[in-house]
Amino acid sequence: MSNKPYYSSVTKKIIMSLMGLFLVTFLVVHLTLNSFLLFSNNLFNAGAHFMGTNAFIQVFQWVLFAGFAIHIFYGIVLQIQNWMSRPKGYKKRASMEQSAFSRYMIYTGLLIFIFLIIHLGNFFFVKMGWAGNGIPLTSNGEENMAQLVRSLFQHGGYVTFYVIMFLLMGFHLDHAFQSAFQTLGLNHKTYWGFIKGLSRVYAIVVTLGFVIIPLFVYFKIV
Amino acid sequence: MDLKLKIWRQASPTDKGQFVDYDVLDISPDTSFLEMIDILNDKLVEKGDDPVAFDHDCREGICGMCSMFINGHPHGPEAATTTCQLHMRKFKDGETIVIEPWRAKPFPVIKDLIVDRSAFDLIIQEAGYISVSTGGTPDANAVPIKRENAELAMDAAACIGCGACVAACKNASAMLFVSAKVSQFALLPQGKVEAKKRVKEMVAKMDELGFGNCTNTYACEAECPKEISITNIARMNRQFIGAKLG
Repeated sequence: MSNKPYYSSVTKKIIMSLMGLFLVTFLVVHLTLNSFLLFSNNLFNAGAHFMGTNAFIQVFQWVLFAGFAIHIFYGIVLQIQNWMSRPKGYKKRASMEQSAFSRYMIYTGLLIFIFLIIHLGNFFFVKMGWAGNGIPLTSNGEENMAQLVRSLFQHGGYVTFYVIMFLLMGFHLDHAFQSAFQTLGLNHKTYWGFIKGLSRVYAIVVTLGFVIIPLFVYFKIV
Repeated sequence: MDLKLKIWRQASPTDKGQFVDYDVLDISPDTSFLEMIDILNDKLVEKGDDPVAFDHDCREGICGMCSMFINGHPHGPEAATTTCQLHMRKFKDGETIVIEPWRAKPFPVIKDLIVDRSAFDLIIQEAGYISVSTGGTPDANAVPIKRENAELAMDAAACIGCGACVAACKNASAMLFVSAKVSQFALLPQGKVEAKKRVKEMVAKMDELGFGNCTNTYACEAECPKEISITNIARMNRQFIGAKLG
Protein backbone atom coordinates (compact mmCIF):
# COMPACT_ATOMS: atom_id res chain seq x y z
CA MET A 1 0.00 0.00 0.00
CA SER A 2 1.31 3.42 -0.87
CA ASN A 3 2.00 5.37 2.24
CA LYS A 4 1.63 8.70 0.44
CA PRO A 5 -1.23 10.17 2.43
CA TYR A 6 -3.82 12.68 1.31
CA TYR A 7 -3.19 14.57 4.52
CA SER A 8 0.24 14.42 6.12
CA SER A 9 0.66 12.62 9.45
CA VAL A 10 1.01 15.95 11.26
CA THR A 11 -2.15 17.39 9.63
CA LYS A 12 -4.16 14.32 10.61
CA LYS A 13 -2.89 14.59 14.16
CA ILE A 14 -3.75 18.30 14.32
CA ILE A 15 -7.30 17.49 13.18
CA MET A 16 -7.46 14.72 15.82
CA SER A 17 -6.28 17.06 18.56
CA LEU A 18 -8.64 19.91 17.63
CA MET A 19 -11.62 17.52 17.55
CA GLY A 20 -10.41 16.01 20.82
CA LEU A 21 -10.27 19.41 22.55
CA PHE A 22 -13.75 20.13 21.19
CA LEU A 23 -14.99 16.89 22.77
CA VAL A 24 -13.15 17.74 26.00
CA THR A 25 -15.14 20.99 26.14
CA PHE A 26 -18.36 19.13 25.37
CA LEU A 27 -17.79 16.75 28.30
CA VAL A 28 -17.65 19.70 30.70
CA VAL A 29 -21.02 20.96 29.40
CA HIS A 30 -22.50 17.44 29.59
CA LEU A 31 -21.21 16.91 33.14
CA THR A 32 -22.59 20.27 34.25
CA LEU A 33 -26.05 19.29 33.02
CA ASN A 34 -25.80 15.80 34.55
CA SER A 35 -24.80 17.29 37.89
CA PHE A 36 -28.20 19.07 38.03
CA LEU A 37 -29.65 15.65 38.95
CA LEU A 38 -27.73 15.85 42.25
CA PHE A 39 -29.74 18.95 43.15
CA SER A 40 -33.27 18.36 41.86
CA ASN A 41 -35.23 16.49 39.22
CA ASN A 42 -36.89 19.73 38.11
CA LEU A 43 -33.55 21.44 37.52
CA PHE A 44 -32.30 18.42 35.55
CA ASN A 45 -35.50 18.34 33.48
CA ALA A 46 -35.23 22.08 32.81
CA GLY A 47 -31.67 21.56 31.60
CA ALA A 48 -32.71 18.64 29.40
CA HIS A 49 -35.63 20.67 28.04
CA PHE A 50 -33.30 23.54 27.16
CA MET A 51 -30.86 21.20 25.40
CA GLY A 52 -33.73 19.50 23.60
CA THR A 53 -35.42 22.65 22.34
CA ASN A 54 -32.82 25.41 22.00
CA ALA A 55 -32.34 26.09 18.28
CA PHE A 56 -28.59 26.64 18.58
CA ILE A 57 -28.11 23.36 20.47
CA GLN A 58 -30.28 21.51 17.93
CA VAL A 59 -27.97 22.59 15.12
CA PHE A 60 -24.80 22.30 17.18
CA GLN A 61 -25.49 18.69 18.18
CA TRP A 62 -24.86 17.67 14.57
CA VAL A 63 -21.54 19.55 14.68
CA LEU A 64 -20.80 17.54 17.80
CA PHE A 65 -21.63 14.25 16.05
CA ALA A 66 -19.36 15.31 13.18
CA GLY A 67 -16.63 16.04 15.76
CA PHE A 68 -16.96 12.52 17.17
CA ALA A 69 -16.99 10.98 13.68
CA ILE A 70 -13.85 12.84 12.55
CA HIS A 71 -11.99 12.08 15.79
CA ILE A 72 -12.87 8.37 15.57
CA PHE A 73 -12.16 8.15 11.82
CA TYR A 74 -8.68 9.67 12.05
CA GLY A 75 -7.95 7.76 15.26
CA ILE A 76 -8.53 4.49 13.39
CA VAL A 77 -6.66 5.61 10.24
CA LEU A 78 -3.60 6.70 12.27
CA GLN A 79 -3.65 3.49 14.30
CA ILE A 80 -3.77 1.26 11.21
CA GLN A 81 -0.82 3.15 9.73
CA ASN A 82 1.02 2.76 13.04
CA TRP A 83 0.47 -0.99 13.08
CA MET A 84 1.73 -1.17 9.49
CA SER A 85 4.90 0.75 10.30
CA ARG A 86 6.30 -2.16 12.30
CA PRO A 87 5.41 -5.41 10.50
CA LYS A 88 7.65 -7.49 12.80
CA GLY A 89 7.64 -6.71 16.50
CA TYR A 90 10.24 -7.25 19.20
CA LYS A 91 10.70 -10.45 21.20
CA LYS A 92 11.33 -8.40 24.31
CA ARG A 93 10.12 -4.82 24.56
CA ALA A 94 10.17 -2.80 27.77
CA SER A 95 7.39 -0.41 28.68
CA MET A 96 9.03 2.83 27.57
CA GLU A 97 6.00 5.10 27.23
CA GLN A 98 6.16 8.09 29.54
CA SER A 99 2.46 8.87 29.27
CA ALA A 100 1.07 5.69 30.83
CA PHE A 101 -2.29 5.47 29.05
CA SER A 102 -0.89 6.45 25.65
CA ARG A 103 -0.35 2.74 24.97
CA TYR A 104 -4.06 1.94 25.08
CA MET A 105 -5.70 4.91 23.31
CA ILE A 106 -7.15 2.86 20.44
CA TYR A 107 -8.58 0.27 22.87
CA THR A 108 -10.02 2.76 25.37
CA GLY A 109 -11.25 4.78 22.39
CA LEU A 110 -13.08 1.81 20.83
CA LEU A 111 -14.67 0.88 24.17
CA ILE A 112 -15.80 4.50 24.63
CA PHE A 113 -17.28 4.32 21.11
CA ILE A 114 -19.28 1.20 22.06
CA PHE A 115 -20.43 2.98 25.22
CA LEU A 116 -21.39 6.02 23.14
CA ILE A 117 -23.67 3.88 20.92
CA ILE A 118 -25.33 2.27 23.96
CA HIS A 119 -25.59 5.67 25.65
CA LEU A 120 -27.26 7.19 22.58
CA GLY A 121 -29.61 4.17 22.49
CA ASN A 122 -30.59 4.77 26.10
CA PHE A 123 -31.24 8.49 25.85
CA PHE A 124 -30.85 10.26 22.50
CA PHE A 125 -32.60 7.59 20.40
CA VAL A 126 -35.43 7.45 22.96
CA LYS A 127 -35.70 11.23 22.85
CA MET A 128 -35.82 11.15 19.04
CA GLY A 129 -38.46 8.39 19.13
CA TRP A 130 -36.16 5.93 17.33
CA ALA A 131 -36.00 3.45 20.21
CA GLY A 132 -37.66 2.56 23.52
CA ASN A 133 -41.11 3.48 24.73
CA GLY A 134 -40.66 7.23 24.80
CA ILE A 135 -39.72 9.50 27.66
CA PRO A 136 -41.94 9.29 30.77
CA LEU A 137 -43.97 12.40 31.52
CA THR A 138 -44.28 14.47 34.70
CA SER A 139 -47.68 15.22 36.28
CA ASN A 140 -47.62 18.45 34.23
CA GLY A 141 -47.26 16.48 31.01
CA GLU A 142 -43.65 17.51 30.44
CA GLU A 143 -40.83 15.15 29.53
CA ASN A 144 -39.32 13.63 32.66
CA MET A 145 -35.72 12.85 31.64
CA ALA A 146 -34.78 12.64 35.32
CA GLN A 147 -37.10 9.67 35.80
CA LEU A 148 -35.68 7.96 32.69
CA VAL A 149 -32.14 8.41 34.02
CA ARG A 150 -33.05 7.33 37.55
CA SER A 151 -34.83 4.20 36.30
CA LEU A 152 -31.68 3.15 34.41
CA PHE A 153 -29.47 3.84 37.41
CA GLN A 154 -31.58 1.45 39.53
CA HIS A 155 -29.89 -1.49 37.78
CA GLY A 156 -26.64 -2.50 39.48
CA GLY A 157 -25.31 -4.08 36.28
CA TYR A 158 -25.91 -0.90 34.28
CA VAL A 159 -24.32 1.28 36.97
CA THR A 160 -21.27 -1.03 37.07
CA PHE A 161 -20.95 -0.89 33.28
CA TYR A 162 -21.35 2.90 33.32
CA VAL A 163 -18.71 3.36 36.03
CA ILE A 164 -16.19 1.08 34.28
CA MET A 165 -16.70 2.89 30.99
CA PHE A 166 -16.07 6.26 32.62
CA LEU A 167 -12.91 4.98 34.29
CA LEU A 168 -11.71 3.97 30.81
CA MET A 169 -12.73 7.42 29.58
CA GLY A 170 -10.65 8.91 32.41
CA PHE A 171 -7.59 6.94 31.24
CA HIS A 172 -8.23 8.13 27.68
CA LEU A 173 -8.56 11.76 28.80
CA ASP A 174 -5.48 11.67 31.02
CA HIS A 175 -3.29 11.17 27.96
CA ALA A 176 -5.51 12.97 25.47
CA PHE A 177 -5.71 16.41 27.03
CA GLN A 178 -1.98 17.13 27.31
CA SER A 179 -1.26 15.22 24.10
CA ALA A 180 -3.48 17.62 22.14
CA PHE A 181 -1.40 20.56 23.34
CA GLN A 182 1.85 18.83 22.33
CA THR A 183 0.42 18.11 18.87
CA LEU A 184 -0.64 21.73 18.45
CA GLY A 185 2.91 22.75 19.31
CA LEU A 186 1.96 24.23 22.67
CA ASN A 187 4.77 22.74 24.71
CA HIS A 188 7.21 25.03 26.43
CA LYS A 189 9.18 24.35 29.59
CA THR A 190 7.58 27.36 31.31
CA TYR A 191 4.03 25.97 31.17
CA TRP A 192 4.29 22.28 30.18
CA GLY A 193 4.17 21.14 33.81
CA PHE A 194 0.96 23.12 34.26
CA ILE A 195 -0.66 21.56 31.18
CA LYS A 196 0.25 18.03 32.30
CA GLY A 197 -1.12 18.75 35.76
CA LEU A 198 -4.28 20.30 34.32
CA SER A 199 -4.72 17.23 32.10
CA ARG A 200 -4.54 14.89 35.11
CA VAL A 201 -6.89 17.09 37.17
CA TYR A 202 -9.36 17.35 34.27
CA ALA A 203 -9.36 13.56 33.79
CA ILE A 204 -9.92 12.89 37.50
CA VAL A 205 -12.60 15.58 37.99
CA VAL A 206 -14.57 14.62 34.87
CA THR A 207 -14.39 10.90 35.66
CA LEU A 208 -15.41 11.36 39.30
CA GLY A 209 -18.14 13.77 38.27
CA PHE A 210 -19.73 11.33 35.85
CA VAL A 211 -19.24 8.34 38.16
CA ILE A 212 -20.71 9.73 41.39
CA ILE A 213 -24.08 10.56 39.77
CA PRO A 214 -25.15 6.94 39.02
CA LEU A 215 -23.61 5.78 42.33
CA PHE A 216 -25.51 8.43 44.31
CA VAL A 217 -28.75 7.48 42.55
CA TYR A 218 -28.18 3.73 42.99
CA PHE A 219 -27.38 4.06 46.69
CA LYS A 220 -30.31 6.48 47.08
CA ILE A 221 -28.11 9.36 48.33
CA VAL A 222 -29.95 11.71 45.95
CA MET B 1 30.82 -12.87 34.48
CA ASP B 2 28.93 -15.50 32.48
CA LEU B 3 26.03 -14.52 30.24
CA LYS B 4 23.43 -16.17 28.03
CA LEU B 5 22.71 -14.29 24.82
CA LYS B 6 19.66 -14.64 22.59
CA ILE B 7 20.71 -12.97 19.35
CA TRP B 8 18.63 -12.40 16.20
CA ARG B 9 20.44 -14.11 13.32
CA GLN B 10 19.31 -13.37 9.75
CA ALA B 11 21.60 -14.26 6.88
CA SER B 12 20.13 -11.79 4.38
CA PRO B 13 17.27 -9.30 3.92
CA THR B 14 15.08 -12.07 2.52
CA ASP B 15 16.02 -14.72 5.09
CA LYS B 16 13.31 -15.53 7.65
CA GLY B 17 15.72 -15.19 10.58
CA GLN B 18 15.60 -16.66 14.08
CA PHE B 19 16.96 -16.22 17.59
CA VAL B 20 20.09 -18.22 18.38
CA ASP B 21 21.34 -18.88 21.93
CA TYR B 22 24.99 -18.31 22.83
CA ASP B 23 26.90 -18.63 26.10
CA VAL B 24 29.70 -16.16 26.73
CA LEU B 25 31.91 -17.00 29.69
CA ASP B 26 34.37 -15.15 31.87
CA ILE B 27 33.54 -11.64 30.65
CA SER B 28 35.03 -8.74 32.61
CA PRO B 29 32.41 -6.30 33.99
CA ASP B 30 34.53 -3.52 32.49
CA THR B 31 34.09 -4.90 28.97
CA SER B 32 31.93 -2.74 26.74
CA PHE B 33 28.86 -4.34 25.21
CA LEU B 34 30.37 -4.28 21.71
CA GLU B 35 33.64 -5.75 23.01
CA MET B 36 31.59 -8.56 24.52
CA ILE B 37 30.09 -9.22 21.06
CA ASP B 38 33.64 -9.01 19.62
CA ILE B 39 34.72 -11.76 22.06
CA LEU B 40 31.74 -13.89 21.02
CA ASN B 41 32.56 -13.30 17.35
CA ASP B 42 36.21 -14.35 17.89
CA LYS B 43 34.95 -17.63 19.31
CA LEU B 44 32.50 -18.08 16.40
CA VAL B 45 35.24 -17.40 13.84
CA GLU B 46 37.57 -19.87 15.61
CA LYS B 47 34.86 -22.51 15.26
CA GLY B 48 34.36 -21.60 11.59
CA ASP B 49 30.88 -20.11 12.22
CA ASP B 50 29.55 -16.88 10.75
CA PRO B 51 30.18 -14.01 13.21
CA VAL B 52 27.27 -11.84 14.37
CA ALA B 53 26.97 -8.83 12.05
CA PHE B 54 26.42 -5.52 13.84
CA ASP B 55 26.88 -1.84 13.10
CA HIS B 56 29.58 0.19 14.86
CA ASP B 57 32.08 2.88 14.01
CA CYS B 58 33.49 5.42 16.47
CA ARG B 59 32.74 3.50 19.69
CA GLU B 60 32.80 6.89 21.42
CA GLY B 61 29.04 7.49 21.45
CA ILE B 62 29.03 10.21 18.82
CA CYS B 63 28.65 8.61 15.39
CA GLY B 64 25.20 7.03 15.68
CA MET B 65 26.17 3.76 14.01
CA CYS B 66 25.57 1.25 16.80
CA SER B 67 21.99 0.12 16.92
CA MET B 68 21.09 -2.88 19.05
CA PHE B 69 17.78 -3.40 20.83
CA ILE B 70 18.98 -4.89 24.12
CA ASN B 71 16.64 -6.41 26.70
CA GLY B 72 13.71 -4.37 25.47
CA HIS B 73 15.48 -1.02 25.06
CA PRO B 74 17.27 0.60 22.11
CA HIS B 75 20.94 0.89 23.12
CA GLY B 76 20.19 -1.17 26.23
CA PRO B 77 18.79 -0.33 29.65
CA GLU B 78 21.11 2.57 30.60
CA ALA B 79 19.68 6.05 29.96
CA ALA B 80 21.41 8.54 27.66
CA THR B 81 23.94 5.94 26.50
CA THR B 82 24.71 4.44 23.11
CA THR B 83 25.32 0.69 22.83
CA CYS B 84 29.07 1.29 22.40
CA GLN B 85 29.20 3.17 25.71
CA LEU B 86 27.23 0.49 27.56
CA HIS B 87 29.31 -1.74 29.83
CA MET B 88 28.72 -5.25 31.11
CA ARG B 89 28.71 -4.05 34.74
CA LYS B 90 25.15 -2.89 34.01
CA PHE B 91 24.12 -6.57 33.73
CA LYS B 92 23.97 -9.35 36.30
CA ASP B 93 26.16 -12.43 36.26
CA GLY B 94 24.21 -15.29 34.66
CA GLU B 95 21.69 -12.92 33.05
CA THR B 96 20.00 -13.74 29.75
CA ILE B 97 20.30 -10.83 27.31
CA VAL B 98 17.98 -10.59 24.31
CA ILE B 99 19.59 -8.70 21.40
CA GLU B 100 17.48 -7.67 18.41
CA PRO B 101 17.81 -5.31 15.46
CA TRP B 102 15.78 -2.06 15.24
CA ARG B 103 12.29 -3.05 14.08
CA ALA B 104 10.54 -0.66 11.67
CA LYS B 105 9.22 -0.97 8.14
CA PRO B 106 11.53 1.80 6.83
CA PHE B 107 14.55 0.12 8.54
CA PRO B 108 14.78 -3.30 6.84
CA VAL B 109 17.23 -5.81 8.26
CA ILE B 110 20.32 -6.23 6.07
CA LYS B 111 21.98 -8.95 8.15
CA ASP B 112 21.65 -10.08 11.78
CA LEU B 113 21.62 -6.85 13.84
CA ILE B 114 22.35 -4.45 10.97
CA VAL B 115 19.43 -2.47 9.60
CA ASP B 116 19.35 -0.11 6.63
CA ARG B 117 18.82 3.41 8.01
CA SER B 118 19.08 5.11 4.60
CA ALA B 119 15.53 6.36 5.19
CA PHE B 120 16.98 9.00 7.53
CA ASP B 121 19.41 10.09 4.81
CA LEU B 122 16.53 10.39 2.34
CA ILE B 123 14.67 12.70 4.75
CA ILE B 124 17.78 14.88 5.13
CA GLN B 125 18.31 14.88 1.35
CA GLU B 126 14.72 16.05 0.88
CA ALA B 127 15.13 19.35 2.75
CA GLY B 128 17.36 18.97 5.81
CA TYR B 129 19.89 21.56 4.73
CA ILE B 130 20.31 25.27 4.04
CA SER B 131 21.10 26.69 0.63
CA VAL B 132 23.97 29.13 0.93
CA SER B 133 25.77 31.33 -1.52
CA THR B 134 29.38 30.39 -0.99
CA GLY B 135 31.93 33.14 -0.64
CA GLY B 136 34.31 34.45 1.93
CA THR B 137 34.01 33.18 5.51
CA PRO B 138 31.67 35.55 7.38
CA ASP B 139 32.82 37.20 10.57
CA ALA B 140 31.86 35.13 13.62
CA ASN B 141 29.67 37.89 15.05
CA ALA B 142 28.22 39.20 11.78
CA VAL B 143 24.91 37.38 12.34
CA PRO B 144 23.55 38.03 15.83
CA ILE B 145 21.90 34.96 17.44
CA LYS B 146 20.15 34.89 20.78
CA ARG B 147 22.10 32.86 23.31
CA GLU B 148 19.02 30.77 24.19
CA ASN B 149 18.38 29.91 20.54
CA ALA B 150 22.00 29.01 19.98
CA GLU B 151 21.80 26.59 22.92
CA LEU B 152 18.50 25.06 21.76
CA ALA B 153 19.81 24.68 18.21
CA MET B 154 22.94 22.98 19.55
CA ASP B 155 20.83 20.66 21.73
CA ALA B 156 18.78 19.66 18.66
CA ALA B 157 21.93 19.23 16.58
CA ALA B 158 23.21 16.73 19.17
CA CYS B 159 20.98 14.15 17.43
CA ILE B 160 23.29 11.50 15.96
CA GLY B 161 20.59 9.97 13.75
CA CYS B 162 20.97 6.51 15.27
CA GLY B 163 17.25 5.70 14.98
CA ALA B 164 16.70 4.78 18.64
CA CYS B 165 13.62 7.04 18.65
CA VAL B 166 12.07 5.00 15.83
CA ALA B 167 13.10 1.74 17.50
CA ALA B 168 11.60 2.77 20.84
CA CYS B 169 8.35 4.24 19.54
CA LYS B 170 5.46 1.79 19.55
CA ASN B 171 4.44 3.35 16.22
CA ALA B 172 7.96 3.41 14.72
CA SER B 173 7.56 7.16 14.31
CA ALA B 174 10.53 9.29 13.24
CA MET B 175 9.13 12.54 14.63
CA LEU B 176 11.91 13.08 17.20
CA PHE B 177 14.65 12.70 14.57
CA VAL B 178 12.89 14.87 11.97
CA SER B 179 11.93 17.51 14.53
CA ALA B 180 15.53 17.71 15.82
CA LYS B 181 16.76 18.29 12.27
CA VAL B 182 14.01 20.84 11.57
CA SER B 183 14.70 22.61 14.88
CA GLN B 184 18.47 22.95 14.49
CA PHE B 185 17.84 25.08 11.40
CA ALA B 186 14.57 26.73 12.43
CA LEU B 187 16.17 28.28 15.50
CA LEU B 188 18.95 29.97 13.54
CA PRO B 189 18.67 32.92 11.12
CA GLN B 190 20.45 30.98 8.37
CA GLY B 191 17.70 28.35 8.44
CA LYS B 192 14.73 30.70 8.49
CA VAL B 193 14.77 31.43 4.74
CA GLU B 194 13.74 27.91 3.78
CA ALA B 195 11.95 27.03 7.04
CA LYS B 196 8.43 26.62 5.60
CA LYS B 197 9.52 24.56 2.63
CA ARG B 198 11.81 22.46 4.83
CA VAL B 199 9.25 21.38 7.41
CA LYS B 200 6.61 20.49 4.82
CA GLU B 201 8.98 18.50 2.63
CA MET B 202 10.67 16.62 5.48
CA VAL B 203 7.32 15.63 7.00
CA ALA B 204 6.02 14.51 3.58
CA LYS B 205 9.15 12.39 3.02
CA MET B 206 8.89 10.89 6.49
CA ASP B 207 5.29 9.84 5.76
CA GLU B 208 6.15 8.53 2.30
CA LEU B 209 8.88 6.27 3.72
CA GLY B 210 6.35 4.54 5.97
CA PHE B 211 7.28 5.78 9.45
CA GLY B 212 4.38 5.71 11.90
CA ASN B 213 2.47 8.63 13.36
CA CYS B 214 3.50 10.21 16.66
CA THR B 215 1.03 9.52 19.48
CA ASN B 216 2.95 11.51 22.10
CA THR B 217 3.97 8.52 24.21
CA TYR B 218 7.34 10.27 24.76
CA ALA B 219 9.20 6.93 24.68
CA CYS B 220 11.57 8.49 22.12
CA GLU B 221 12.75 11.18 24.52
CA ALA B 222 13.22 8.66 27.33
CA GLU B 223 15.31 6.34 25.15
CA CYS B 224 17.29 8.86 23.08
CA PRO B 225 21.01 8.47 23.85
CA LYS B 226 21.45 12.21 23.25
CA GLU B 227 18.38 13.21 25.30
CA ILE B 228 16.74 15.09 22.44
CA SER B 229 13.66 16.82 23.87
CA ILE B 230 10.08 16.32 22.70
CA THR B 231 9.79 20.12 22.72
CA ASN B 232 11.46 19.81 19.30
CA ILE B 233 8.40 17.86 18.10
CA ALA B 234 6.14 20.64 19.41
CA ARG B 235 8.35 23.20 17.64
CA MET B 236 8.12 21.23 14.38
CA ASN B 237 4.33 21.04 14.74
CA ARG B 238 4.21 24.82 15.28
CA GLN B 239 6.41 25.32 12.23
CA PHE B 240 4.23 22.96 10.22
CA ILE B 241 1.03 24.77 11.18
CA GLY B 242 2.66 28.12 10.33
CA ALA B 243 3.89 26.80 6.98
CA LYS B 244 0.47 25.40 6.06
CA LEU B 245 -1.33 28.59 7.04
CA GLY B 246 0.99 30.52 4.76
